[in-house]
Amino acid sequence: MDRTEARAGTRDSMVSLDAWSKATGGAKFNSDSIEQTTLHAALVTSPYAHARILSIDTSQAEQMPGVKAVITCQNLAIRCGTWLADRPILAGWKVRYYGEPVAAVVAMTQHEALRAIEAVKVAYEPLPVVNSIADAMKLGAPLVHEDLDSYIRIKPVIRPRPGTNIAHHQAVRKGDISKAWRECDEVVEASYSLPQSDHAALETRSARVELTPDGRVNVHSSSQGPFIIRKNISRYFGVDKHKIIVTTPVVGGSFGGKQSVQLELIAFLASRAVGGQAVQLTATREQDMASCPVRIGLDAHVKLGARRDGRIVAAEFIWMVDSGAYTDMAVVETTSIAADCTGPYAIDNVWCDSYCVYTNHPFATSFRGFGHLEYTFCLERTMDKLALALGMDPLELRLANAIGTGHTSPTRTPVNSSNAGSLAHCIGRLKSLMNWDEGQRIEVDGRKVRAKGVACMWKNSSTPPNAISSAILKFTPDGSLSISCGAVDMGQGAKTGLVQLLAERLRMSPDRITINVSVNTELNPDHWKTVASATTYMAGRAVLNAADDLLAQLKSIAGVVLKCPEADLDVAEEKVFLRDHPEVFVPFRDIVHGYMYPNGNSVGGQIIGRGSFIMRHLTPLDEGTGEGKPGPGWTVGAQGVEVEFDSRDCTYRLLKAVTVIDAGRVINPALARLVVAGGMSMGLSLASREALVVDDEGRVMNPGFRTYQLMRYSEQPEYVVEFVETPNIEGPMGARGLGEHGIIGTPVALANALSSASGVDLNTFPLTPECIWSRRVGLTGDSM
Amino acid sequence: MRWSMTGVGTLILKVNGSFKTVIARPSDTLVDVVRGQLQLTGAKPACETGDCGACTLLVDGLPVKACLVLAVEAVGHEITTIEGLPLVPMQKAFVDKFATSCGYCIPGFILNAHALAVHHPDADDAVIAEWLDSNLCRCMSYSEIRDAVRSVLAGEY
Repeated sequence: MDRTEARAGTRDSMVSLDAWSKATGGAKFNSDSIEQTTLHAALVTSPYAHARILSIDTSQAEQMPGVKAVITCQNLAIRCGTWLADRPILAGWKVRYYGEPVAAVVAMTQHEALRAIEAVKVAYEPLPVVNSIADAMKLGAPLVHEDLDSYIRIKPVIRPRPGTNIAHHQAVRKGDISKAWRECDEVVEASYSLPQSDHAALETRSARVELTPDGRVNVHSSSQGPFIIRKNISRYFGVDKHKIIVTTPVVGGSFGGKQSVQLELIAFLASRAVGGQAVQLTATREQDMASCPVRIGLDAHVKLGARRDGRIVAAEFIWMVDSGAYTDMAVVETTSIAADCTGPYAIDNVWCDSYCVYTNHPFATSFRGFGHLEYTFCLERTMDKLALALGMDPLELRLANAIGTGHTSPTRTPVNSSNAGSLAHCIGRLKSLMNWDEGQRIEVDGRKVRAKGVACMWKNSSTPPNAISSAILKFTPDGSLSISCGAVDMGQGAKTGLVQLLAERLRMSPDRITINVSVNTELNPDHWKTVASATTYMAGRAVLNAADDLLAQLKSIAGVVLKCPEADLDVAEEKVFLRDHPEVFVPFRDIVHGYMYPNGNSVGGQIIGRGSFIMRHLTPLDEGTGEGKPGPGWTVGAQGVEVEFDSRDCTYRLLKAVTVIDAGRVINPALARLVVAGGMSMGLSLASREALVVDDEGRVMNPGFRTYQLMRYSEQPEYVVEFVETPNIEGPMGARGLGEHGIIGTPVALANALSSASGVDLNTFPLTPECIWSRRVGLTGDSM
Repeated sequence: MRWSMTGVGTLILKVNGSFKTVIARPSDTLVDVVRGQLQLTGAKPACETGDCGACTLLVDGLPVKACLVLAVEAVGHEITTIEGLPLVPMQKAFVDKFATSCGYCIPGFILNAHALAVHHPDADDAVIAEWLDSNLCRCMSYSEIRDAVRSVLAGEY
């Protein structure tokens, strides 16, 4: 059957299944199908970063035209969170960040709701603002949460410190650090401070909730985690899970920002306040950037020690995550940073303290890379400094320390080529693609210099130890079939990949397979949530398990029809055939909805395949040493950026960005390139210009695309993406996740290039010309 | 158009070749009216400050940010939304070159790029950049969009 092998599903650049609907305006996002009868909610948000709420007067707003209800949480004790229940659904006795939702108005139209929020009178008494991690960690600092000891710890692995602004601490202790320092010939250390920024998905977050008279809760949300919404609504409002139906249509970008459950809970309260009528709550751009969760900030201190030959023997890290007002996912990222803190390097002696710190900034959640782009920035800047101190080529230093078979991770998980691929291969390819041997810094003329920076990265797909994914495969009468799964499509192309995986396993055309676009928690089997670059791995394994279930059923009934043992049968091109006599076969269409004998008697029935997957052998990190296994394995890569820097005014042009990733197995080359280059572009935009600017009072000054600028079409460099393929034995067809990895090392590769070009140590971003200039002339201060 | 005492009036807009009667306030933007009343939801209200281009529509054949246009201003003009495009080459090019990703910004990009191809069939890279800088995409590296636009201008479709 060589012919069918050639037509197999993977390795083809199959066009995304939903491409046409997206190119014709047919794709319906969450705010695109609102019925005329749906009510609209609008948020009253805090103008202060930290203030006591003295009173909320809703009486005037309630009299406004079209207003149905005004809700507050003054008397509602519910607190929500991911690991720690620290966030009220609407602010309670005080506000903890600028933009925090304080009340919501429900009205007949959006226009009426927006008019009425101006009539809600809130009296505040400003409190001292915790405006940085340094502020938060000071002895006697004002507390963002005075009652930290009373909060419910949803996961026991969280360790808040009441009486401080520390929400969580994770240590990693490996080897003998004090002995290791004595073995070092060179030691370098540096401090870093990276501001918060925003996901800035083009589609703002939105949720619609309706409570039906029979007790059902219908939720429509632009979310990465419809099953997590179901879990949260059940937990907070005591509704049985089977009565909560969450629908997520295509999602207009998310990047980690749409896994938090926030607007859904407000919309639930809003609907409950109006007798269960459907209420739509859509964040404005300003709210999406200030009221909804953002990317973490990070303050860090990194110390690396190496022998003269470049072998790093000791590493010490202090990570302080700016979680903002609430922990949400930032607390999990704090642990994730600790788990992978050495980057993809074999370092035997590690001392790491990772803290999740409350401030009066917008609260933070996961962002593409899950803390890795931030810590990698600090680590890989320090690697360049170490290379300089050792007089070693930066790429050679990285190669000399590349992690591989026989080494262990910071959390003492054994590393091998299956669970971590080959960083050495990636570095080798990067060196050639960057034309590294021509030099890192090349004078163009008196003013301009061309410079290159590199970085290596890795990231584990850390998940809860019991994260699950499932798939159901259902035949139609003509032998074509559909996949039902709970993973969300947000542009990453994972679902197209699932179709290709199934086509390859069944050796049939992917054109004959469909997959659900929209996810519905009642109709589709569960998928933990669509995050962590784990969809291809988890849902892919579930789909392949379901395919094996299908194959067994197909062979079972075909064995009856063809009067032969099942073991003699094989499947391809929608036929079940005798392996040694392919001309003896039965087509799918004759058996997938039962087989009918010539006399009309029938056997079998509709063939439905089911596949389940659950993470295996994962353990939480030990409190004292960090020992544990937080994820199934890493994807490693090497990245580089080349710039042309103008030394006169510190402006620069991005020339080229390169990424080499060990993908294990590329399932769809075009989509893989798309998602990796997209991550690189986001990383360059982030590192060159993005930051949430807060004033002295903690107010966000730039919530909007006019003031928070994103990189545009004409500013893009050339993108080069290459893949190394060291199979991951556990991955579907050998594949690894790669949805996040394009971004991870890109910001620091840019910083390394610009540090080399400008001769100034650049230890923060955004790397605006002003930022570089101010450091060149010796001005201090935070990110510009 | 006539405005009632409540400040709401009736407008007749020509959208995708047909005349449509809508009810609007003087302050209602074109994007809100085509989405809310005509269910033409390909245009997206992503920033509502004219910075991202996700709400781009064609007005008399030229790309316009529909969050910066009042519905009343559109009376007497020909409005084209992504739903009204007769499957133009630019759409096929965006699909073939994988330039769809999450899809939220794509209708705006396609309308803008289609108008570029109509008005400047010989556009060089500088002209392409000038036009496409008005739209934002957050998922992709823009190289897929560039490939799609270049392929249409090169007559590959």
